[in-house]
Amino acid sequence: MLAGLDLSVVADSLPYLFGEGMVFTLTLTALAASGGIVLGTGLALLRLSGVPGLTHAAKLYVELMRSLPLVLVIFWFYFLVPYLGAWAIGADTPIRVGAFASALVTFTLFEAAYFSEIVRAGIQSIPKGQSAAARALGMSYAQVMRLVVLPQALRNMVPLLLTQTIVLFQDTSLVYVLSLTDFLGAASKVAQRDGRLVEMYLFAALVYFAVCFAASLLVRRLQARTAIAR
Amino acid sequence: MNYTWNWGIFLEPSPEGAGSYADMLLSGLAWTVVTALCSWAIAFTLGSVVGVMRTLPSRTANAIGAAYVEGFRNVPLLVQMFLWYFVLPELLPARLGAAVKQMPDAPFYTAVLCLGFFTAARVAEQVRAGIRALPRGQAQAGLALGLTWAQTYRAVLLPNAYRIILPPLTSEFLNNLKNTSVALTIGLLELTARARSMQEFSFQVFEAFTAATLLYVALNLVVIAGATLLERRVAVPGGR
Repeated sequence: MLAGLDLSVVADSLPYLFGEGMVFTLTLTALAASGGIVLGTGLALLRLSGVPGLTHAAKLYVELMRSLPLVLVIFWFYFLVPYLGAWAIGADTPIRVGAFASALVTFTLFEAAYFSEIVRAGIQSIPKGQSAAARALGMSYAQVMRLVVLPQALRNMVPLLLTQTIVLFQDTSLVYVLSLTDFLGAASKVAQRDGRLVEMYLFAALVYFAVCFAASLLVRRLQARTAIAR
Repeated sequence: MNYTWNWGIFLEPSPEGAGSYADMLLSGLAWTVVTALCSWAIAFTLGSVVGVMRTLPSRTANAIGAAYVEGFRNVPLLVQMFLWYFVLPELLPARLGAAVKQMPDAPFYTAVLCLGFFTAARVAEQVRAGIRALPRGQAQAGLALGLTWAQTYRAVLLPNAYRIILPPLTSEFLNNLKNTSVALTIGLLELTARARSMQEFSFQVFEAFTAATLLYVALNLVVIAGATLLERRVAVPGGR
């Protein structure tokens, strides 16, 4: 049982696990979350724009992404991105795309669908009278969004966006299927090299738990604080 | 783009000997559906118990429920999958562990347990929210009529709470369905795994993934249609 655990394997691999694995995981999470929030906001604006073609295109995209498993989407983009890249630059042969770039594109596009639903709900939570009043003052749609609706909506959405980012942080572990060295990938490589699956996977679970639990407690505190201010 | 499309590939025999590539994908679909349904049975039952515990007037029950939810929610599903598949058999008594490892269809049973326990944490949060959303008077009225706590939950609170949380439960069901694809990492031959092996054998990447995509979308539509029917069926006449 637990008495046979060899913790020196964990201790010896700490620089690799955190220096390489965790840095990769955090970089991917941060970049995909920022990209996803920007793109998601764009999608939400398209969906609420009232222009029939745009509304439907944005809705189709969001619903399609949300009905597919992330693992399938990761595979899709892993094979599709080289062709898309070739098409974009007009090359005849698929271009070479690193696994990291492919994962980044995947997570950004995939999470954008989830972020856009949060942003859409946030925008809809702002009373209609505000945008009507702004329009009556002569502002354009872009001005209404930029100056009146989005600043308030984004502030209300911060806790939800952060919670979704924690989900994203957990989801990045799925780059395992592309054999990338994220935190779990690093743990798994050490585990298989040294035949120490029990120690490495338990340690990985513990680290993920500590990070996510701490982050969710912080989000909850933030939520309580913004709730009072409102 | 110089990619050679070949939509006829689905009718060609797969290298596994029996059946075509289409049969291969459909067998993947069947594993996805069976895994999703079995794990949902665990998730719904266990999730309801944990969710109820978090609404009981007992500190211990609350603490256990909260610990369960936080534990299963804050570790990535893939890591949980590895814990069930690689770590658990090692921590069991030696003979039992060996028996577990030699079980036929081990990836399937592991995936069902893992997804069941994982989704249960999410179901528990919904059940708790549903019960909390009910007016306090309902529990008080039940108790005042002489029902025990168990009877109050079974006859008054839960039937109402389940009706309220039917939409979020539907989306948890869909999440569970999609999450079955994570089990490909422990060797479950579900839909995504099958599409991936079709791509490896035939090199027809985009046909394989398009077919899998359409099957997932169809599954989603079926579930949503079913949930809408169910919602109409169980609606309280004259209720909300």
